[in-house]
Amino acid sequence: MRYILKRLVVLVVTLFIISALSFIAFQLIPGDPVTKMLGVEATPERIAQLRELLGLDRSVMVRYFEWLSGFVTGDFGLSYSYSTPVSQLLGDKVITTSTLSAMAFALVVLISIPAGFLLARLSDIRSKGKGAAARRALATLAGAVNQIIMSIPPFFAGIILTYIFGLVLRLFTPGAFVSYSSGAGGFLLYLLFPALAIALPRSAMVVKLLRGSIQGELQGDYVRTAYSRGGSRFYVLIRHVARNAILPVVTFLAMTLADIVAGSIIIEQVFAIPGTGRLLLLSISNRDYPVVQAIVVFIASLVVVVNFLADLAYQYIDPRIRLG
Amino acid sequence: MRKLNKAAAVSLALALLLVMAAGCGKSELQAGKTSESPEGEPRREEIFIGIAQDIDDSLDPHLMTSAESRSVLFNVFEGLVKPTPDGKLAPAVAASYSVSETGDKFTFKLRSGVSFHNGDPVTTDDVVYSISRVAGLDTGTPLISAFSIVESVASPDDGTVVIVIGEANIEFLAYLTAAIIPKGYDSQETQPVGTGPYRYVSRSPQENIILERFDDYWGGATDIGRVTYRILDNAEALMMALRSGTLDFCAHLTATQMNELVGFDYNFVVGTMNLVQAVYLNNAVAPLDNETVRRALSHAIDRGEIMDVLSGGLGVPVGSSMYPAFTKYFSPELADYYAYDPELARQLLAEAGFAGGFELEIAVPSNHSPHIDTATVVVEQLREVGVTATIKLVEWGTWISDIYTGREFQATVVGVDASAMTARAMLERFESTNGRNFTNFSDAEYDEVFAAAIASTDDAEQVRLYKRLEAILTERAANLYIQDLCDVIAISKDVAGYEPYPMFILDISKLHFTD
Amino acid sequence: MQGKRNYNLILGAAITAVMLSLILSGLIRTPHDPNKINAGNSLSAPSAQYLLGTDNFGRDILSRVIIGAGSTLYVAAATVAIGALAGMLIGGLTGYFGGWVDELFMRAGDIILAFPSILLALVLISLIGPGRNNIIIALGIMFIPSFARVVRGEYVRCRELDYVHSARIIGTGNMRIMFVHILPNAAPVILRAIAIGFNNAVLAEASMSYLGLGVQPPDASLGRMLSESQSYLFSAPWYALSAGIAIVLLILGFSLLGEGIGARDNA
Repeated sequence: MRYILKRLVVLVVTLFIISALSFIAFQLIPGDPVTKMLGVEATPERIAQLRELLGLDRSVMVRYFEWLSGFVTGDFGLSYSYSTPVSQLLGDKVITTSTLSAMAFALVVLISIPAGFLLARLSDIRSKGKGAAARRALATLAGAVNQIIMSIPPFFAGIILTYIFGLVLRLFTPGAFVSYSSGAGGFLLYLLFPALAIALPRSAMVVKLLRGSIQGELQGDYVRTAYSRGGSRFYVLIRHVARNAILPVVTFLAMTLADIVAGSIIIEQVFAIPGTGRLLLLSISNRDYPVVQAIVVFIASLVVVVNFLADLAYQYIDPRIRLG
Repeated sequence: MRKLNKAAAVSLALALLLVMAAGCGKSELQAGKTSESPEGEPRREEIFIGIAQDIDDSLDPHLMTSAESRSVLFNVFEGLVKPTPDGKLAPAVAASYSVSETGDKFTFKLRSGVSFHNGDPVTTDDVVYSISRVAGLDTGTPLISAFSIVESVASPDDGTVVIVIGEANIEFLAYLTAAIIPKGYDSQETQPVGTGPYRYVSRSPQENIILERFDDYWGGATDIGRVTYRILDNAEALMMALRSGTLDFCAHLTATQMNELVGFDYNFVVGTMNLVQAVYLNNAVAPLDNETVRRALSHAIDRGEIMDVLSGGLGVPVGSSMYPAFTKYFSPELADYYAYDPELARQLLAEAGFAGGFELEIAVPSNHSPHIDTATVVVEQLREVGVTATIKLVEWGTWISDIYTGREFQATVVGVDASAMTARAMLERFESTNGRNFTNFSDAEYDEVFAAAIASTDDAEQVRLYKRLEAILTERAANLYIQDLCDVIAISKDVAGYEPYPMFILDISKLHFTD
Repeated sequence: MQGKRNYNLILGAAITAVMLSLILSGLIRTPHDPNKINAGNSLSAPSAQYLLGTDNFGRDILSRVIIGAGSTLYVAAATVAIGALAGMLIGGLTGYFGGWVDELFMRAGDIILAFPSILLALVLISLIGPGRNNIIIALGIMFIPSFARVVRGEYVRCRELDYVHSARIIGTGNMRIMFVHILPNAAPVILRAIAIGFNNAVLAEASMSYLGLGVQPPDASLGRMLSESQSYLFSAPWYALSAGIAIVLLILGFSLLGEGIGARDNA
């Protein structure tokens, strides 16, 4: 319990520092939200006037604490570009990005865990009898394919999926994004392929890790004991090996989830999904600080919280580990 | 044992199949939804328009700055007058107008029966408020700089508005297309209210913006009930949306994209974008302050190749700061003033003391791919004559602050359009003291002719003087003028009524279904 | 089921050797001028003259892939060099001396690592502007904490070992202990971190240039080629495939190589 409390404090402090750093960083960037807003109508007088109106003429510290006090009370400020409250602006985008990340993560788990076990099973050196050699050959081939998939960057995977499923098989229409409010089915379908693009390389990594970890566990004495008690291969694999083999995978999956959230920035670009990532890119170039700030804190919170939960899960699975 | 193996394999395959099946089922469902014109169904009401840029701008008509926002909200707002497809002005919120002999007093009789989207009728107060606001009469800073010459706005009687400006300037009428908005309404930025044929419904950043027919429009209700602009700022997504038939209308396509759409359910209109695309040069920095160098560069540019690469040869070459839609002022022959001649370019460079060439940085806004592509070709062409050019992509905000306002650059590729349908709007930025003279062009003869041109009240004389200004820009090689970019418009075969404007505007009120 | 031969090492070395020799030969000569525009020949399919076809400017894709891969490799190498050197310095000093400075740096590292790397790179690039050198700086900074952490771990482990104690007793200076005694012991771990870092750097560079923040046009870069090719996916799929497969091969080669080296060390 004390450990959890301590971690929570660290978590809040981390987020505080991240928000302060990103706030200050964006004050140092050349370019000004005002010039973009005024466009070709920008004259020195109007720039000064608008800066004053937006409160940009005050010191960074004053503005940061104003932002912070607003933020903790749930007021994220107004977007400069869209003149709408940031919270309202982000609502839809956060749902989209969260759904995309969750789907990608679910796919990683759904694909990699069965595939990892299957591959470990296939490449078990102790398997004998008819077809053992063929199975091992298959395992080697699968391992090679897995290695290649691992090396595909998600955005290239996205382009390949667009080509195959969008252009050739026409299972979805790239660019015809459906927002969740206008149809949950279409929304989920559209996000399926981007989620797959994120999930594929990640799954391959998990498969590799899991296979190695299972093979390591299979060498253990307790496995031999279990066999000698007459357990079938499948039973031993699931009942005894799985629990231990999954441990390193849990940590990796947690890291994966954090990467997925950040990686969605690029995938949203590939599939033209109006999510937080693309809004972030646009807001950075428009110098729309209130939006940038909110998204940075949103993504950082997700990452930090996920890491925290992963630690907890890790402890739960393996009570031997007592951190802190 | 084998069985178990198989079981695992089967379950994995099943999982994958499930994912696939989910995909197939849903897509059929979606396809069924989009092909929505079988007999017996109610008449179609809505059209989808693809736009390649986000409307990340204020929706307040007096504050919005991007061309795309103006094009969309052209359908929501109206001024006292509004532009017509032939480049003239027609009364809108005003029923009629007159300009005094001295050219500095504009009198408007308001149209009766015009109402705002919120149901309120347009009053004289609203008009006075709108013009005062845009001219900054209360604050001292005009929201649109062309209104800085406004001295007073008054209404001598209900239904009449008189605007007095501080100089003789008949062309100022073109700026009175500025939106009339309800007095005291302060939510324009989020929920704009105007008098146009369509009213604003909603916008979702990077996703869409939705307009709906305004039934009480003074000009009569439009045929199309609802318009959704879908934002597809990714060329591939835009093409896919067109190919799948989920869009009814899309402007600003390239010739390559048009070729990929042949055979689909679209009619095409090929026009131009109504802007002057050029490599704009900072005439105040070395070595570009040397006219011989600028002339050398002008000879080094092969417009034909640029247009071939960008649009399969479509587009109209221009030789000065005027585009063809200004039929009255446009001088097509200026485009041939500098023939493509790399040999001559090298000679001129040597003459100017740059036999070994020099380094040139071309800044390009990163959100405009035609300009980036043009710069890419220009860099290659300049390399032929020994000039080492590099491209620096800058964000739009940075372009505005550093290049347009700060004038800290060597060269930049952009398209410049007219903020109003006047020759002056195109040419005043080269007058040496003009606040928007971002190229720092300075020429005594130009300033003199410009002063004469704007003071002139004789139309033929004014046209002659404006044409002379264009010729000066060409002769002095102020910039490396390239073209008015080709603009292909794809319109679904069951939608008709598209009328091109000589400005960056899409009038959806004239569109209608063909059935 | 480790075979007798180290297939990973052989295959990784082969792929990397092919890519490297292409890139190095590209420094001297490419099949065509990678920037030469030919409007009449845009988006032509692979042929004997243009092995991988041409792009929308009529430029030779093969030549651009070669130059682009070289550029990616250069950025990745420079990035890892910055990350590894600074990381070794910080990690070594903090790990060896410990104390509050150590604590401070590790907490700072935690915070940077909590920040999604792509986001951090985006912020840094907005700060210093796009371009090849700036990408190197941004990614380099991003890579420091992970290297520092690895190196620190090794130094913490080694500083209590007997031979370090003995060295200290006979009066060896701290610097000498750090670099002459401990560093060679930490080398295998650092080398593996470099191999992994190299892969991440290739991926990061490709991502940044895909977003248009890396190498500026008209110079070739694999990520940028991929993003440009997306518009022509239907009419010229080979464009996207060429650039994409080049990235995959770079990553695949190095990851196999890294694993092969790892397996050899363990054996």
